[in-house]
Amino acid sequence: MIEFRFEGRAIAAEEGQSIGAALHAAGIRSWRTTRFGGRPRGLFCAIGACFDCLLTVNGAPDQRACQTVARAGDEVGP
Amino acid sequence: MVGAGIVGASCAYALTRAGVRVTVVDRGGVASGTTGAGEGNILVSDKEPGPELELALRSNDLWRNLDEECGGFEWDPKGGLVVAETPEVLDALTTFAETQRRHVPAADADAGAPPGAAGVVASLVPAADLREFEPHLAEGLAGGIHYPQDAQVQPMLAAARLLRASGARLVRTAVERFLVSGDHVTGVRTGQGDLYADAVVNAAGTWAGSFPQAPLPIRPRKGFILVTQPFAVPPVRHKVYTAAYVTNVASDAEGLETSGVIESTQAGTVLIGASRQRVGYDTAIDYTVLAKLAKQAVGLFPVLRTAQVMRAYAGLRPYSPDHLPVIGPDHRLGGLFHACGHEGAGIGLAPATAEMVTAQVTGGRPPVDPAPFAPGRFA
Repeated sequence: MIEFRFEGRAIAAEEGQSIGAALHAAGIRSWRTTRFGGRPRGLFCAIGACFDCLLTVNGAPDQRACQTVARAGDEVGP
Repeated sequence: MVGAGIVGASCAYALTRAGVRVTVVDRGGVASGTTGAGEGNILVSDKEPGPELELALRSNDLWRNLDEECGGFEWDPKGGLVVAETPEVLDALTTFAETQRRHVPAADADAGAPPGAAGVVASLVPAADLREFEPHLAEGLAGGIHYPQDAQVQPMLAAARLLRASGARLVRTAVERFLVSGDHVTGVRTGQGDLYADAVVNAAGTWAGSFPQAPLPIRPRKGFILVTQPFAVPPVRHKVYTAAYVTNVASDAEGLETSGVIESTQAGTVLIGASRQRVGYDTAIDYTVLAKLAKQAVGLFPVLRTAQVMRAYAGLRPYSPDHLPVIGPDHRLGGLFHACGHEGAGIGLAPATAEMVTAQVTGGRPPVDPAPFAPGRFA
């Protein structure tokens, strides 16, 4: 297992697991809100098509949680 | 009404307002064809003086009314900015804009209006001022022309809202053929049986030419759009495009033509076009075209270099031999009216088309002269 941080909280991930899957396994279902309605968003299609699960990884914005493999020490946020 | 794209929906809206009972038939549902594959442009900037500009100017006014009466379709009077890479191109754009500005809509000319009244508004933007209009525009451009009347809607929402507001009945089934009695169309045969009507309007877009009893020379012109990830603050404010777009729109070439056309949407995405190809009804993705479009977009807006492309799709623009839409009564069969062949300008031209068709169906006189659009001109 490896560990990364989501909003300061330590999240465990399997080697090769996506950030989205690891967050989901840790019980975190939403990490973004819609621009107009403020409604919660997280994994939707989970196969890279919908761009609903965007988050910021090590300062790089708009990364798809479902397509980004978690690495030890990653700093992840909305 | 055959077709539930923007033209069919606009016609249904205008006809029901005029007291006509309308049934809309579409095999794919609302905006399932060309309307659902475009950017939602309402442009005067790319139209040379002539009948299409006339229709575009009238439509521009009508869209503003529709936003007030109906709304809910992301109406955005953002304006257009046509940019020139070289001083020579800027000269050509300036001359083109001058001919547009001098064009007086016929309805106003009848009333003795001076040149420029109620016509195209366009102003030169010197190179030094381009960044005021578009802060992320690339350096080294020679200047541009600003067209404040250019606007945008979300085209699928617009078709859906207008259709709902019309109160017309929507039947989702294919129209197989027109029902003809003598030399008069009396209805349509559909997958769900026969529908009879006093008048049939053919608003079937790219597929409008293929009804065997009343064929029209309308063919598809393919185009791709790239859609970026949504931005919190989209980096493009206007519809921004290069001078090559105007020439490509009017061109007769068979092969691939591309020109940079970039704009944001209210959802935060950036739409990147535009390509034109005559390859029949094939909508397969061609990655070399997508790469070309992306490269042109990054050339105009370097900030897009790191943007992720979320989707890409192709649509088919319905074009006629003279690139004018086909609007009016059929020249062979009574009771049949056409409203099709708008190429890449269907969203922009839909309300004035609907106004024209409504006048023709109900025996009124449309404000824009319908003669240049008559279906019989190809006979």
